[in-house]
Amino acid sequence: PNFSLRLSARWHTSFRPTGGREQGVAKVEEYTLPAYFDRRENPLPDVCYVQNLSPEQKSLKEKEIGSWAALSNEEKIALYRISFKQSFAEMNQGSSEWKSVVGGMMFLIGFTGLVVLWQRKYVYGPVPHTFDAEYKAKELQRTLDMRMNPVEGFASKWDYENKQWKK
Amino acid sequence: MNPRLSPTHCGTMFRAVFRLSATGARSLARSRPCYSAPSATRCYSHGKVETDEEFDARWVTYFSKPDIDGWELRKGMNTLIGYDLVPEAKILDSALRACRRLNDLASAIRILEAVKDKAGPHKDIYPYLIQELKPTLSELGISTPEELGIDKL
Repeated sequence: PNFSLRLSARWHTSFRPTGGREQGVAKVEEYTLPAYFDRRENPLPDVCYVQNLSPEQKSLKEKEIGSWAALSNEEKIALYRISFKQSFAEMNQGSSEWKSVVGGMMFLIGFTGLVVLWQRKYVYGPVPHTFDAEYKAKELQRTLDMRMNPVEGFASKWDYENKQWKK
Repeated sequence: MNPRLSPTHCGTMFRAVFRLSATGARSLARSRPCYSAPSATRCYSHGKVETDEEFDARWVTYFSKPDIDGWELRKGMNTLIGYDLVPEAKILDSALRACRRLNDLASAIRILEAVKDKAGPHKDIYPYLIQELKPTLSELGISTPEELGIDKL
């Protein structure tokens, strides 16, 4: 058989349950038929890429029955393109999409930074008074007075005799 | 299954075992001292381990079926490509002859492309296979993807 690949596509339409009535044959939905796809792991898809052949393509298919050595390179490529959409080289090629993705990411992160800055200025109120320098100094004095972590921690770094930090 | 591509004619230097497993540890675990005994010295399960020759022979027989149809060819090829190995030249020879019986040159070229892609980073496998398949390719008149220029963009 010539078009053995296409026969298998028609196989699906012959088992349509019509309940014995031949007038009402349900329309074959395209999504129910085997689909063509280019994948490395599935080199020979269920259907040919080109389903409806032009007359030249049909005559080329006839020629394919004979000796393949008689086919020119262009004819061989034409036969390949009838059955397949992309060659392995074409399907495996990368794209530069990642540059757009990374650029977009950086732009949006930067924009988010601007939003945050604006928020700090116009949305948030003042910080509590406990952040004032004077208050902080009193806090530090209190910490030292209560000898916090005197063995190895904070107060151990303060020289109580000379009232300065230990060198 | 990792078939050992033993030299089929004298003069070739290829004794390399083409393992596609990335880690050395894994290939070490899979190495067999000899592959003549079906009852393997290292059993991964209680079942019999198929040897490389049995695997090859099974696939050659599959593609050698005289009245093979398009579906069987595609199913066989897609399954074979799914395995973690590059098929031996004799399996590919059988598959290409099946393409000839089905008058399907496009699939024959596609098979060569798929095999080259399957070899991945091991760049010396594909030229070796083409060298082994040269008689078949010229006999059937199959051009390689390189000759047709479709291996480039």
